[in-house]
Amino acid sequence: MRASSSSIAGSGQRSIHAWLLLLPALVLLVTFTHWPAVATLIDSFYSTPKGVRAAVWVGLENYEVMADDPVFWQAVRNNLWFAAATIPASIGLALLMALWVNERIAGRMWVRMAYFTPTVLPMIAVANIWLFFYTPQYGLLEQVTGALGLPSHNWLGDPRTALACVTLVAVWKEAGFFMIFYLAALQTLNPSLKEAAAIEGASRWYFFRRVQWPLLMPTTLFVLVNAVVNAFRLVDHVFILTRGGPDNATSLLLYHLYEVGFKFWDTAYAAAITVVLVVVLASVALFQFFVLDKKVHYK
Amino acid sequence: MNAAPAVIYRHSWLDTLSAWVLALLWILPLAYAVWTAFHPSDYAIRFDLSAPWTLQNFRNAWEAAPFARYFFNTTLLVIIILVAQMILSTLAAFAFARYEFRGKHIAFALVLVQLMIMPDILLVENYKTMANLGLVDTLFAIGLPYFASAFAIFLLRQTFMGIPKELDEAARVEGASTLQILWRVYVPLAKPVYTAFALVSVSFHWNNFLWPLIITNSVESRPLTVGLQVFSSVEQGVDWSTITAATLMTSAPLLLAFILFQRQFVQSFMRAGIK
Repeated sequence: MRASSSSIAGSGQRSIHAWLLLLPALVLLVTFTHWPAVATLIDSFYSTPKGVRAAVWVGLENYEVMADDPVFWQAVRNNLWFAAATIPASIGLALLMALWVNERIAGRMWVRMAYFTPTVLPMIAVANIWLFFYTPQYGLLEQVTGALGLPSHNWLGDPRTALACVTLVAVWKEAGFFMIFYLAALQTLNPSLKEAAAIEGASRWYFFRRVQWPLLMPTTLFVLVNAVVNAFRLVDHVFILTRGGPDNATSLLLYHLYEVGFKFWDTAYAAAITVVLVVVLASVALFQFFVLDKKVHYK
Repeated sequence: MNAAPAVIYRHSWLDTLSAWVLALLWILPLAYAVWTAFHPSDYAIRFDLSAPWTLQNFRNAWEAAPFARYFFNTTLLVIIILVAQMILSTLAAFAFARYEFRGKHIAFALVLVQLMIMPDILLVENYKTMANLGLVDTLFAIGLPYFASAFAIFLLRQTFMGIPKELDEAARVEGASTLQILWRVYVPLAKPVYTAFALVSVSFHWNNFLWPLIITNSVESRPLTVGLQVFSSVEQGVDWSTITAATLMTSAPLLLAFILFQRQFVQSFMRAGIK
């Protein structure tokens, strides 16, 4: 039992102990992450089994279907647009919020709480509230624009504005979450840097640009990776706000995957879409591993 | 020491004002929901300070859908997931932190993969697995894919590695077994990390939606988020005040916990974020 790590028998025993400790977690990880990922790739080369007909090898056919599927391309475009809008907006706002609540402003605790609150609310609940804001005729947004004498507008019903509305909710939900990481980083910065800069007569903007921003770089990269991953994972609000409509204007990749897999039960095509999503997320992982890891060491 | 020079960079009143304006904008949706939920439905779309307060909307919502059942399901769900995650990741993290063995790096890489590719994406395959196990439409099926948390393993491994080996050896000399050492020395010392992880995990799974939506289809197994979505979908024809009341009810436990333990919440998220 009391194995000394120097003896060969002992180290063998310790090895067995270690694997026994790991076993439950690894079995579950393989069952629900690694195996499904591999199985999805395999399935994407087969047809969807229907009734008595088993799945048959179709090679790249599912991918050809995908290439010809206008809804898929629309979802890709929407998702890229969604990512391009949410990532900089939520990170920028998060940084601004963190800089503000890091200062000794009046009521700092309240302000911090206001920013962070959306993070703890379920996205489904949040979407319910926002749905009312966007409602035509009597929604809050309508009332404001109406009071300003602007024409009535169906925000979620118009393909031109629907995606922007969905994006706004995501930014509102995420910014406060990212703020926490910036705040944590700001609080670890040495206060004497600030004093030195102040004594040198550097402007605040200069101090931010030349001192704070570069020192926050590891945090920005960490937040960036999170924001990219979220841009391809956040769909809950789409279910409440638009269900991908109008005319697929707000269909994101994961939502399209849900529809293909669980509304049309085309599991083979859904597998192909999953492969695309996994490739996107794996690329982010590799970026993190090779770029971010150099900045933030695990050991 | 830094009291005097700190005032040199005096934040302007403009900063304070902008911070406050943004804060008010940020809290507005929630404030609106509170207003609507506590007032008769006639006031849902017009703001009137003299409007009477009422709890009727909550009563309506509570009677219109089996929210008691949903609450029970969600509570049970987050407890099951949390307990499983803590036990499994404690064991795994201890192995990674304190053992040298062949295949360690590969095993650790296998864990890290889950940080990026979460079960949320692999919906179809995981559904098939649950169908094969005969678990579709059970609470257990909602939780099972999350029992092994790469994030928890990672977090605890970091913490365990920071615990001095001498403590370990001292306990071993006393004749404690490996599991006793883990339980008596490592777990108590990592308590803050467990608290932090618990908050992150509970809020994630309380709010989780897509996987529970797919894997459940009956009242008996539905969690709050899915129940709320069913309740508030357009076809239901319930009014706004009732929907906001239901919405607030759904978020209330987390919201209350957050307001009461605001500092701990924020700090735990910070701790969870810094790797």
